[in-house]
Amino acid sequence: MSIHTKTLPQLAAGLRAGEFSAVELARHFLGRIEAHGPALNALISVTADTALAQAAEADRLLAQGKGGPLTGIPLVHKDIFCTQGVRTTCGSRMLDNFVAPYDATVVAKLKAAGMVMLGKANMDEFAMGSSNETSFHGPVKNPWNTALVPGGSSGGSAATVAARLAPVATATDTGGSIRQPAALCGLTGLKPTYGRVSRYGMIAFASSLDQGGMMTASAEDAALVLAGMAGFDTRDSTSVDRPVPDYAAALDRPLKGLKIGLLKEFFDKGLDPDMERSVREALAVYQKLGATLTEVSLPSIGLSVPAYYVVAPAECSSNLARFDGVRFGYRCQDPKDLIDLYKRSRGEGFGAEVKRRIMTGTYVLSAGYYDAYYLKAQQVRRLIANDFERAFGEVDVIMGPTTPAPAFGLGDKTSDPITMYLNDIYTIGANLAGLPALSIPCAPVRQLPAGLQIIGRHFDEERLLNVAHAYQRETDWHTKVPAAYE
Amino acid sequence: MELTLPKVARTLATDATYSKATVYHFTLFFLQFAECVMKPEQIASIAHLARLSISETEVPVYAESLSRILSLVGELERAGTAGVAPMAHPLPGLTQRLRADEVTETDQHERYQANAPETAASLYLVPKVIE
Repeated sequence: MSIHTKTLPQLAAGLRAGEFSAVELARHFLGRIEAHGPALNALISVTADTALAQAAEADRLLAQGKGGPLTGIPLVHKDIFCTQGVRTTCGSRMLDNFVAPYDATVVAKLKAAGMVMLGKANMDEFAMGSSNETSFHGPVKNPWNTALVPGGSSGGSAATVAARLAPVATATDTGGSIRQPAALCGLTGLKPTYGRVSRYGMIAFASSLDQGGMMTASAEDAALVLAGMAGFDTRDSTSVDRPVPDYAAALDRPLKGLKIGLLKEFFDKGLDPDMERSVREALAVYQKLGATLTEVSLPSIGLSVPAYYVVAPAECSSNLARFDGVRFGYRCQDPKDLIDLYKRSRGEGFGAEVKRRIMTGTYVLSAGYYDAYYLKAQQVRRLIANDFERAFGEVDVIMGPTTPAPAFGLGDKTSDPITMYLNDIYTIGANLAGLPALSIPCAPVRQLPAGLQIIGRHFDEERLLNVAHAYQRETDWHTKVPAAYE
Repeated sequence: MELTLPKVARTLATDATYSKATVYHFTLFFLQFAECVMKPEQIASIAHLARLSISETEVPVYAESLSRILSLVGELERAGTAGVAPMAHPLPGLTQRLRADEVTETDQHERYQANAPETAASLYLVPKVIE
């Protein structure tokens, strides 16, 4: 077995047994990034010096018998997380020259846990996109077929882990940006409950929806990383003060008696028949493990895309008002006055999709339209959250497909924003309701990865990971690596 | 010929049989059923509110895509929301936490201003605002 296909517990064991040092591990993955990163356009920055210094520190701790399960394990951060002294672009020209003056809490926590940062992953500009084609740094390619998109917005994170350029990548999810690329690239991607992971230093897109998480090969790996990331943070006013459970300890609980809700509205005419077959095969595995399947209906879920495209742009227009060409970021040449400075710095610094969303948000929040759009969307959001609450009165987890179809071609959906937006039709509901959700690979569809989505109750990540792990013990889809990257 | 709302309104307006008030109410009545169509001047006004410079050639492109987004969003009208409390926070019963009104940050302006396009004497510089 190659080093880059090992699980995190195997890597941790290898480090302790002296099979390889953390520095050797970092060099191995840096070598893979050098060999494959540019063709996939997966990373925006490679931080080799930082990586080797952090790895040497990890080796020092390990030699003293210290460190935890993540000590010496390499990772890549999505370029939305601030990394002190390292360029943090958020995939935008606006922040192309921005060197973060501090670490995001997620970055600081994983650093403290001994993880080794190899670089920063490419992403859709300000996390707005579902294909990683809106990045100022260019599109990312899907390692399973480089003519296809990896999904987005965490497309660079997904391509990185899928090609095994790193065993772990952080990611963020506002409407599906962890789960959709994880599904399209054959990975395990977890969006935790809103408030579970600190958003301090995570560049804001839509504050009532954004949540940080990760992509890994397996649920077992995700459990270890989540334990390192999660927890209360006084610096994030939306962070929830709750103890962090031992996610790894809950992985092997038996599934007998587990009540699975089959989300009726997700198995509609918009779902690719091959995708449906793959998801139903996965559900059959759960039945074999002793779980029961019940159909659940969320009558308002069909309105999640329209509600999202009011709430998210509204919050984005407000959050992105901070980019003014004055305190940091891009400034236009020779502004003639202050208004010109604002307008041209923003007009030139933001790409088309970001501008489209800022304008949509500005419109729906403008005088006279608030009730018709924002208020209405927040009411519909309540209806959707109530639907989930009712369903969770009957079942423990809800399952369905992560995406309507497998990865699509680069350029296929860039001309029509609506077609692109509809790719997130199955993922947005969990964000609106603040619920934890993950995507795991199920049987491939036409030789391409497919994702099974599992949605849980608030703060029930233990069960989500347990349920995902049970499937991964029965199947080996999560161990598949594209041939070029084996 | 495709009959759009502005065309109908124009036809009515040029027909002397109908008073201006009738045309106005007739148009308002039909507007609620019409797909929201963003006009170029609206795009220019929104771009100004959002402090975004948009080129002449981009205006029709944004008018088209924003119209399509708003017509997607228009589906929200089908939802019965009478008496439904708007949801601003995704976790039940939780609101934004407040902290004590105490100084917690130290002065690090040099570090933060290292990213600024232009500063002098610890101040951010912008084009002259007061004449």
